[in-house]
Amino acid sequence: MTLPALAPTPPATLAPAHIRALVRETEVHKDIYIDPQVFAAEMQHLFANAWVYVGHASQVPNAGDYTTTTVGDQPMVMVRQADGSISVLHNRCAHKGVKVAGEACGNTGKFFRCPYHAWTYRTDGSLMSMPLKNGYENTGFDSCEASRGMARAGAVQVYRDFVFCRLNPRGESFEDFFGESLSTLDNMVDRSPQGRLEVAGGVLRYMHRCNWKMLVDNQTDTCHPMVAHESSAGTAIRVFAKAPAGTPKPMAVELFAPFMSPYEFFENMGIRVWRNGHGHTGVSDSIHAAYSPVPGYHEAMVEAYGEERTKQIVSEVRHNTVYFPNIMVKGPIQTLRVFKPIAVDRTLVESWTFRLVGAPDLLLERTCMYNRLVNGPTSVVGHDDLEVYERAQEALHSRGRDWVNVGRLYDPAELDQTNVATNGTNEWQMRNQLRAWVKYMTASMEGQ
Amino acid sequence: MAAPTAQQLIDFVLDEAALLDAQRLDEWLALFTDDARYWMPLTPGQTDPLLQNSLLYEDKMLLQIRIERLAGARTFSQQPRSRCHHLLQQPRIAQIDAAAGTYSLRTAFHYVETRLDEQVLFAGWATHHLVVLEGALRIKLKRVDLVNSDAAFGNISLFM
Repeated sequence: MTLPALAPTPPATLAPAHIRALVRETEVHKDIYIDPQVFAAEMQHLFANAWVYVGHASQVPNAGDYTTTTVGDQPMVMVRQADGSISVLHNRCAHKGVKVAGEACGNTGKFFRCPYHAWTYRTDGSLMSMPLKNGYENTGFDSCEASRGMARAGAVQVYRDFVFCRLNPRGESFEDFFGESLSTLDNMVDRSPQGRLEVAGGVLRYMHRCNWKMLVDNQTDTCHPMVAHESSAGTAIRVFAKAPAGTPKPMAVELFAPFMSPYEFFENMGIRVWRNGHGHTGVSDSIHAAYSPVPGYHEAMVEAYGEERTKQIVSEVRHNTVYFPNIMVKGPIQTLRVFKPIAVDRTLVESWTFRLVGAPDLLLERTCMYNRLVNGPTSVVGHDDLEVYERAQEALHSRGRDWVNVGRLYDPAELDQTNVATNGTNEWQMRNQLRAWVKYMTASMEGQ
Repeated sequence: MAAPTAQQLIDFVLDEAALLDAQRLDEWLALFTDDARYWMPLTPGQTDPLLQNSLLYEDKMLLQIRIERLAGARTFSQQPRSRCHHLLQQPRIAQIDAAAGTYSLRTAFHYVETRLDEQVLFAGWATHHLVVLEGALRIKLKRVDLVNSDAAFGNISLFM
């Protein structure tokens, strides 16, 4: 079987050798951020070979519930089946190519119906009916692509209610792709006394005029907060310092202030690097470690898990976990950010928040506050970051220099290692992402 | 002050927008009560500011942080600064309770924010909940409902 149309022959200039030449041990070529051809190849190859986040099962609790999204540049729909399973379909009518499910979310009942000519599809994507069906008799319709209905994602895996898909039908298994990194999702779910999360609070959507990988790089960049966020977090500390003595520290200041921690703090908190581009900051400490206790939460956890297990769960204070290629998860603050590529210089950042089912509301309140203070289009922290991304998107076009440096604390021995905790300012995790980028960019090119 | 007249209420809303456009932000912040909130909901008709995400739900201290940040020497996203322009429809008085000293007005607006060569237009409704405090009108709650509050925006840097 040849690979499907998701992986056509790349342009001659983007043969595997060309892709590999863009990533050196400690440098990456500017073209991966600014070249539209590289972006097109990412959409065709990288986002088809990797396991990409689609959504959360709590968004589609009942049969026929769906949400629409994109995987890379592909319009997709995630839908709950009558048997309780979840399918991920290309959101494209087999007839004339119209997007079938139009809303961000909804319930489609027992079938999808295209708004153009009323072709209908079962929720598993198979063609159910079309008007004037006898007009297709003796036309060879059964051998046409359209008879196969809405195309399904190559593979779907639901892990503790997080739904991922791989567009290509062939490729690496879910388990091989993620390996030990799933422990961050485990920890976020375990923080619910009932072991269950629900998407809650609504999604913040923030448009960035920069390449999607700048956001991914930033998630484990621990040398920027005290510089870029001096304007926001530093000001928050300064304003609070003027409050009358004895003023209790507001939740907002508690959330802002750790961004201004010194380099030593970030060095010591550590970074853990897994294989395939996954990794996280905050191994032994993090900016989320010192929040005030939430009344009633500890008690609910101890009742559910016992004292010792509770301590294990809540003492895991991981900061940012990158799941390559394009999401970041914060277990202690129950958020998941998706960096959706729109164009080589445009990225939609979606910031989702979760309720820990069975935990006090105050945790969701804190999560929502964190999200609007840090992740929204009105967030001063977000403004700090977006400014530098946009300046990079502009200045990377300079021909004065061609390479971006990711060499901090590089050690050639790292190439043979995985699941390693290292200095928290090591750029190893960025290099890990770039090595994974080469792997999943070229995997389906070489199959040809 | 005696119970404010309808014109005084309307003028208050117009003057508030003028302070924002002039970026006289310390004077603007002084219009708020100490327990005030400035709220920009994320979804149309949103009723819960705490367990639902909002674009902004800020107390006076957070507003103060925003204002001080705008002028910071290392606030690179405001170098150069943003500018803004409010175009208000005539404010409509929604509720007067002279006995309780509370008043609310609703004002349709177009708002333009600009930085460098970019100019972005927003449209929505501002709702002011006002009280009389120490003889002057003050804002207890300013709620800004954008007509497309759930859209994907770039930076919103100033105050609507």
